[in-house]
Amino acid sequence: MRRRKNGSILRKAGSLLCIAIVIGLGGLICLPVLILICGSFTDRIEWRERLLPLLTDSAEYVGWRWIPDYPTCENYKELLFLSPDFFVLFWNSVKLTVCILVGQFLIGVSGAWAFSAYSFKGKDILFSIYIILMLLPFQTTMLAEYLVLDGAGLLNTLWSVILPAVFSTFPVFLVYRGFKRIPSELFEVARIDGAGEWTIYVRLGIPLADSSIMAAFIISFFEVWNMVEEPLAFLKDMSIWPLSLYLPQIGLEQAGRVCAASVITLILSFFMFGIFRDSLEQGIVSSALKG
Amino acid sequence: MRLKRNWSYTLQSKGRIRGAKGILFLLPSLAGVACFKLLPFGKVFFSSFCTVLSGEFVGWKNYSTVFQNTAFRLAVVNTMHFMVVGLPLLLLVSLGLALMIYSTPKKDWIKYLYLLPLAIPAATMVFVWKLSFSKQGFMNNILGTHLDFLGEESAFFILVGSYLWKNLGYSMVLWIAGLKSVPEEIQDAAKVDGVGKAALFFKIMLPELKGSAFTILIVSILNSFKVFREVYLVGGAYPQRSIYLLQNVFHNWYINLEQDKLAAGTVLLVLFLGTVSLMLQRLWDKEA
Repeated sequence: MRRRKNGSILRKAGSLLCIAIVIGLGGLICLPVLILICGSFTDRIEWRERLLPLLTDSAEYVGWRWIPDYPTCENYKELLFLSPDFFVLFWNSVKLTVCILVGQFLIGVSGAWAFSAYSFKGKDILFSIYIILMLLPFQTTMLAEYLVLDGAGLLNTLWSVILPAVFSTFPVFLVYRGFKRIPSELFEVARIDGAGEWTIYVRLGIPLADSSIMAAFIISFFEVWNMVEEPLAFLKDMSIWPLSLYLPQIGLEQAGRVCAASVITLILSFFMFGIFRDSLEQGIVSSALKG
Repeated sequence: MRLKRNWSYTLQSKGRIRGAKGILFLLPSLAGVACFKLLPFGKVFFSSFCTVLSGEFVGWKNYSTVFQNTAFRLAVVNTMHFMVVGLPLLLLVSLGLALMIYSTPKKDWIKYLYLLPLAIPAATMVFVWKLSFSKQGFMNNILGTHLDFLGEESAFFILVGSYLWKNLGYSMVLWIAGLKSVPEEIQDAAKVDGVGKAALFFKIMLPELKGSAFTILIVSILNSFKVFREVYLVGGAYPQRSIYLLQNVFHNWYINLEQDKLAAGTVLLVLFLGTVSLMLQRLWDKEA
């Protein structure tokens, strides 16, 4: 009896340890966000003081206080009201993101539907090609895309970033698994009732795979909103750059500004994350299970 | 008999019509993929056998140039090194965390902490790196040293760390899904039979997780190429030697308009990744 009690105490201690590890590591993972938020309320003079060792390469260390000596909103004010170029970049980001997401929804999702609900010649080969394309890093498709965009005269326009991203095959892969999990008898029944293929897609397919579609949508959002390589390769004009490309351009001398700009970039992501976190999880899940 | 044959005939033809309609759904996507990826790849393939300027046919010359290029060789070694260290580490650590969270069902919300890094831009992360790992940074402050972590071999481990940081949550959620899909009856039956915890995991859970493992591996490979962002933002075109990746080489060839090498390198990488991906798919199909 006593032995058993010991065992349960041990088990309890073990599970407490597990929780402690998981929460501790989770906290560590979120630390950079806290640093940014605190940093964004620190004014220029204090930042300079803190970063002086880094900028002058001296033997001191970078100072850090979680609560700044003189908390201020100066960084935000400057960014939002006194620098018009920040707004231009912000809107570029919004334009890019909206166009790409809408395009992926219209084109990628219906492509996934074709792969999952129909059988036709060459389907397996095509799907394999789609998966290979999905795995290729941007640097390998860069030259091919450049040749097309150059030929079409689209270089240095927002379209040069939008079009290749719209035809990305990753959302097709994600949503495909979601569609596959719907029992196909359902579509047969609808067909017997006289529903057309389009009706089945819009009224049955999309609503039943909504969490996969949402997950693909939000993963794409994070991707596009934080895009670096594509605009770097195809956009020369700074006036059409997205926000994600502007952030790295701000030097350490303007650390407060970097933090504030990061937080503003993050806010939208957090917002999306907060709303869609459940479907994000479900969608990721349904992509893992074989339908 | 005749009736049956007729019936099967109409069913078949119906299936064909349906297939044709299905292609209509695929058409926009296929057209775009063909236009932006497949057809230009053909051109890249041909130009890998030609010179840049005159377009003369030079056979395998570009390939041998690429193979002899020291930067390319270094990058291949580094990229492989990164994959060999990063992928297993990510898979194992996320599996460990998934098991911990799975065994404490009420603490499900914790996993959101791990999904958060998906939302953080690379540029922001690089700023935090600089604060933490430069000579005067937090890390040195804690250790009481003045090491340039980003400028030495340790940059490689910082890169692996940031890859883990970004992708732990994603892999973990996938593992948890896999764990949840193992039928509870099997687990209970094993427990009744007095199977120990370790044996339960290795003999019963792990074989059931193979399917999830393939997806996680594919997604992890896909994401492993994205560390280039961090490398580029922290080190520019020529970062510290140990984090000089294939993507850097390709990027530099692109910037310097060395299209012949870029084309040959692209063909090589596509062939390699294509083979890996087909092998994984074959395995995946066999499992199911």
